[in-house]
Amino acid sequence: MYVAVKGGERAIDNAHAWLAEERRGDPSVAELGVAQIRAQLALAVNRVMAEGSLYDPDLAALAIKQARGDLIEAVFLIRAYRTTLPRLGASNPVDTGAMAVDRRVSATFKDLPGGQILGPTFDYTHRLLDFKLMAEGEVPAAETAPAQTGPVPHVTGFLNRDGLIEPAAASDATPPDLTREPMELPADRALRLQAITRGDEGFVLSMAYSTQRGYGRTHAFVGELRIGRVAVEMDIPELGFAIEIGEVEVTECETVNQFKGSKTEPPQFTRGYGLVFGQSERKAIAMSLVDRALRWKELGEDDTGAPAQDEEFVLMHCDNIQATGFLEHIKLPHYVDFQSELELVRRLRAEAMAGQEMAGQEAAE
Amino acid sequence: MNTESHNDPSARQRWMSVLAKADPARLAALMPDLPTLEPLRPPEVGAVMVRGRVGATGAPFNLGEMTVTRCSVRLADGTVGHGYVQGRDKTHALRAAAVDALMQTDQAAQLRVAVLDHLTAEADARWALRAAKAAATKVDFFTMVRGEDA
Repeated sequence: MYVAVKGGERAIDNAHAWLAEERRGDPSVAELGVAQIRAQLALAVNRVMAEGSLYDPDLAALAIKQARGDLIEAVFLIRAYRTTLPRLGASNPVDTGAMAVDRRVSATFKDLPGGQILGPTFDYTHRLLDFKLMAEGEVPAAETAPAQTGPVPHVTGFLNRDGLIEPAAASDATPPDLTREPMELPADRALRLQAITRGDEGFVLSMAYSTQRGYGRTHAFVGELRIGRVAVEMDIPELGFAIEIGEVEVTECETVNQFKGSKTEPPQFTRGYGLVFGQSERKAIAMSLVDRALRWKELGEDDTGAPAQDEEFVLMHCDNIQATGFLEHIKLPHYVDFQSELELVRRLRAEAMAGQEMAGQEAAE
Repeated sequence: MNTESHNDPSARQRWMSVLAKADPARLAALMPDLPTLEPLRPPEVGAVMVRGRVGATGAPFNLGEMTVTRCSVRLADGTVGHGYVQGRDKTHALRAAAVDALMQTDQAAQLRVAVLDHLTAEADARWALRAAKAAATKVDFFTMVRGEDA
């Protein structure tokens, strides 16, 4: 039950003023610029863009500053902002095969066409705190080598030639869009991927990890992980042809999963797919594992009752803005609800006590 | 050399794509003055839903949106230009539309040299530098000599 009450305006205004002061922090320390966040906290910016479901690094950096580094609050700000934008259209599907790769590794083939390109990775670092970063200093320029110009084909492409992996047949069907129409279950794979790519990284990671530990195991290999920039092309109605309207950085993960065959499918490798805005490799790998786990029905696998196989469980709980909205609302005033609960408990207690007294008297008699 | 023609959509596609991805400040520096023009559609900030494909080659799905600003202008001689640019910079979209219009006029050759060639060369250089850094992180596997062969 909701009842309008007045009061608290002054307290709220003062709380917000104090919030602004705390956000700024110690004034003797230089203020953090949005451009600095964009450039130097790029992976936080990437996460806010992915979960905010809006690719705009400047806005994501601003949101991080405004949210004092609370990334879910920053995602909330981006989601709120995007509702104010008119939808100008939809792009043609990006061609990740034509990606300008910064990083491209395969855990299944050592010598693959295009090679293993490590890129700017945390892998192979020792995870020891680097105290040099506490002092300001110049960073030496990265090494360069002659750029390769040849194609960097998808691993699944050449497995597919031998019929060893299930094909991913192209289509031009218009995908469902959960930002336009409420998600309905059962969801097709396109809708699931949309929900997971904007889902909370921690949630998707834990779901993926649960499959690795045995709750809906899918025996995944990372066939390929690639990070880089892809052109975004859109048909322009007033021109009658498509132009590139921009470029986005994405991370793509394709898993190759062991599959013994089922009642409906022959033995072959199957696929899980992850595609996420920005350099977000943990999320992309996790997404591909969860995608594969959710495909059990289509592949004729057994439902083991694992959470990661439960579409309703995964899709209805992966969105951190829905989750935090419902979670955090319970801290807001519920005075009237609680008042009625209080009265109910008092009455039940009084009745219970009266009953006990009566039972006591009867026993004494 | 002027090979541009408004009858050649592939040339127009290319310059519009270069303009869409250009750094707004760089474009403004290369082209500080706008021609006399009439806004047909004033700059409008919006979102485009970016799509991917399931398994890279399969059915399309919605990956998420990106910010895009569009604008349409008409020059004094009636030539219409459109700008669709990444981000939320309205002057970027306006300039892109102006360049698109001018590229359909006899100023095309001059504009190509003064603006588009710079933007293209700079974008290529940025691409090449990243590709060169990536190439330096390519793994060269070698097989260790096996004990029994030594």
